Amino acid sequence: MNIEALIASTFDGLMLGFVYGLMAMGLTLIFGVMKVINLGHGPMIAIGMFAVLVMSQALGINPYLTLPVIVVMGILTGIVMYFLALHRVINSPELTTLLATFSVNMMITGLMTVIFTTSPRGLDVTLGSLQFGQVTILGTRVTAVVIAVVVTIALYLFLYRTRQGKSIRAVANNRSAAELMGINSSWMLGLSFGMGTMLAMISGMLLATMFSFTVLTGNTLETKSFVIVVLGGLGNPTGALFGGIIIGLLESITTIFIPVSWVPVLEFVVFIMILLVRPNGIFGARSS
Amino acid sequence: MKTLKNISFWLLFIAIAAVAILPIAQSNVSMREDFFLILMLVILASSTNIIMGYTGYVSFGHIVYFGSGGYVAFYLMQTFQWHFVPAALVGGCVASLLAFLIGMPVLRLRGAYFALATIGINEAVRSFVSNFEPFGGSVGMFFNFGVYDVYGGAKNAGQFAYYAMVVLALVTIATSFLIKKSKFGLGLMSIREDQDASMVLGINPARLKVITYTISAFFPAIAGAIFFFKNGLIEPGPAFELHRSVEALVMVMLGGFGTVTGPIVGAVVYERLRGFLITNETFSNFHLVIAGGLLLLIVLFVPAGLVGWLRLRFAAVRRFLE
Repeated sequence: MNIEALIASTFDGLMLGFVYGLMAMGLTLIFGVMKVINLGHGPMIAIGMFAVLVMSQALGINPYLTLPVIVVMGILTGIVMYFLALHRVINSPELTTLLATFSVNMMITGLMTVIFTTSPRGLDVTLGSLQFGQVTILGTRVTAVVIAVVVTIALYLFLYRTRQGKSIRAVANNRSAAELMGINSSWMLGLSFGMGTMLAMISGMLLATMFSFTVLTGNTLETKSFVIVVLGGLGNPTGALFGGIIIGLLESITTIFIPVSWVPVLEFVVFIMILLVRPNGIFGARSS
Repeated sequence: MKTLKNISFWLLFIAIAAVAILPIAQSNVSMREDFFLILMLVILASSTNIIMGYTGYVSFGHIVYFGSGGYVAFYLMQTFQWHFVPAALVGGCVASLLAFLIGMPVLRLRGAYFALATIGINEAVRSFVSNFEPFGGSVGMFFNFGVYDVYGGAKNAGQFAYYAMVVLALVTIATSFLIKKSKFGLGLMSIREDQDASMVLGINPARLKVITYTISAFFPAIAGAIFFFKNGLIEPGPAFELHRSVEALVMVMLGGFGTVTGPIVGAVVYERLRGFLITNETFSNFHLVIAGGLLLLIVLFVPAGLVGWLRLRFAAVRRFLE
C-alpha cells in the first residue's frame, strides 16, 4: 500500500466531509428544534443542485455567486414547507410528521422528475488544483470547504448572538416556557425549518460542483445524512459536522482497502451499531 | 378462538375469497394480473400494520423482509431445484429469523430512532446483497424456463402463483384479525398507547414486540417469494426498494391505522388510484406529485384513515368493521 494514496484520500475525505457535515447539520437542526425527522431533506438537496445548474447554464452566473440566491430560496422554501405540511401536525406522534415530510418528498421528487427527467447532469466548474507530489487538491473542493466553514460559523453566530437565533434555541429547549416569555414559537419553528432547508440547499449546491448528479441523488444523500446525523447524535449540529468528516474519511480511505461497492455496507453497519450501542451519537452523553 | 365465531371475520374472509376467485372464474388474465398486484399490496400493507398499527412502531424498511424472503426462496429454487412451496416456506422462516435477531436489539429503540434504524437495515441488506456473489451480486438471478415445467409451464405457473397469493392474503388477514382480537393484541395496543404504563400492568413489551415483529416479517417474505417466482428474475434494486415500503405505510394510513380492514381498503384504493393516474394522459407524469399531495391531505385532515373515520363517525359501523 502506498502512503501517498493514503494521504491523498485522507485530504479528499476530509474536504468532502465538511460538505457532508453541512448537509447533515440541516437535518439535525430541524430534529433538535422540533423533534421531526425531515424525510423531505433529500429533495431539498436536489433543489440546491438544480438551482445552481439552471442559474449557471441558463443565466450564465458563476456557480459560486448563486450562494445568496440559494440562501434566500432555502429559507423561504423551508418556511413555506413548514406551514403547509407540518404546522398542523407538529404535536402529533412521529409517524404523522414522518409521513407529512415524506409526502413533500414525493411531490418535489415527482415534480423535478417531470421538469428535469432523471438523466445525469453535471456542472462545468474548474478552479485549478494544487499539486504536492502525487497529492492533488482540487480547487473546487477547497472552495467548497471554505464556504461550508463560513456557513457553519455564520449559523453559530446567528444561533448564539442574535435575538432570533436565541429564540430558536429557547423554543428547542422548552417550547411552552419560550411561549410564556413572549416568543412566537410557530414562527421560530418555521424559521428553523427554513434554516435547515437552507443548509440542505447550500450543501446541494456545493456537491453539484464536485460530482455529477440526477434528480434522485438527493434521496441517496438523504440516507447518508441519516447515517451522519446518528453518528454525531440526533439534534447536535457540531456532532453532525464531525459525523460528516468521519463518513467522508470512511468513504475515501476504505476504498484503498476494499472494493467501492462494499463501502455502503460498512456505512450502514456502522450506522446500526451506533444506533444500538450509543443512540445519542459518539459525541453525545451515554444513555442509560 | 372466539374470533372464529365472529361474524364480521367470516364476512370479510368470504368477501375477499369471492372477489379473488373472479378472474379465475372468468379466465380473465389481465384482471388476474391486476388482482395479483393488489393482493400483494394488501399483504404488504397488512403486515406493516401488524407491527405499526398495533404496536405503534413505524417500520420504514419493512420491505427488507419482502426482498430477503424472495432472495432465499429464489436461490433455493434456482440453485437446488426445490419446489416452490418448501422454498417459499424456508424463505419466510429465514426472514422471520432475521426479524427476530434484528428485532431483539432494534425494538428497544423508540420512535424516530426505530424508524431510522429500519431504513438503515434495509439499506445495509440491499448493499450487502448487491455484493454477495452467491445471490448474483448487483445483477441478481434469473430462472431458466425449465424451472416452470414442474408447474406445467410458465403459463400455469402464473396461475399457481396467483392461487398462492390468494391463500397468503387470506392467511395474513386472518392473522391480523386474530392478533387484534386476542389478549396478545390488547397487550400490543397498550404498548402503542403508553409503553411505560403497560409495563406497570405486567406486560412484557420486549417479548411482545419481538414476537409481533417476527410474525409481521413472515408474510411479506412469502409474498416476495411468490412475486419473484412469477417474475423469474430478482435484482437487489426492486427487491429492497425503500419506496415500496413507504407506499405500504401510505396504504395503511389511507385505510386506517390499527384496523384490520383499513390496510385492505387502503391497498385497493391506492393501487386503483395509481393505476388511473399512470394511464391517464393528463396525470401520468404527475402521478407521484398527486399521490404525495393526497398523502399530505390525509395526514393533515383525516389522520384516522378511511375506515378509522367511518368508525369514529358512525358508531353502528364499529360492530362489524374491524
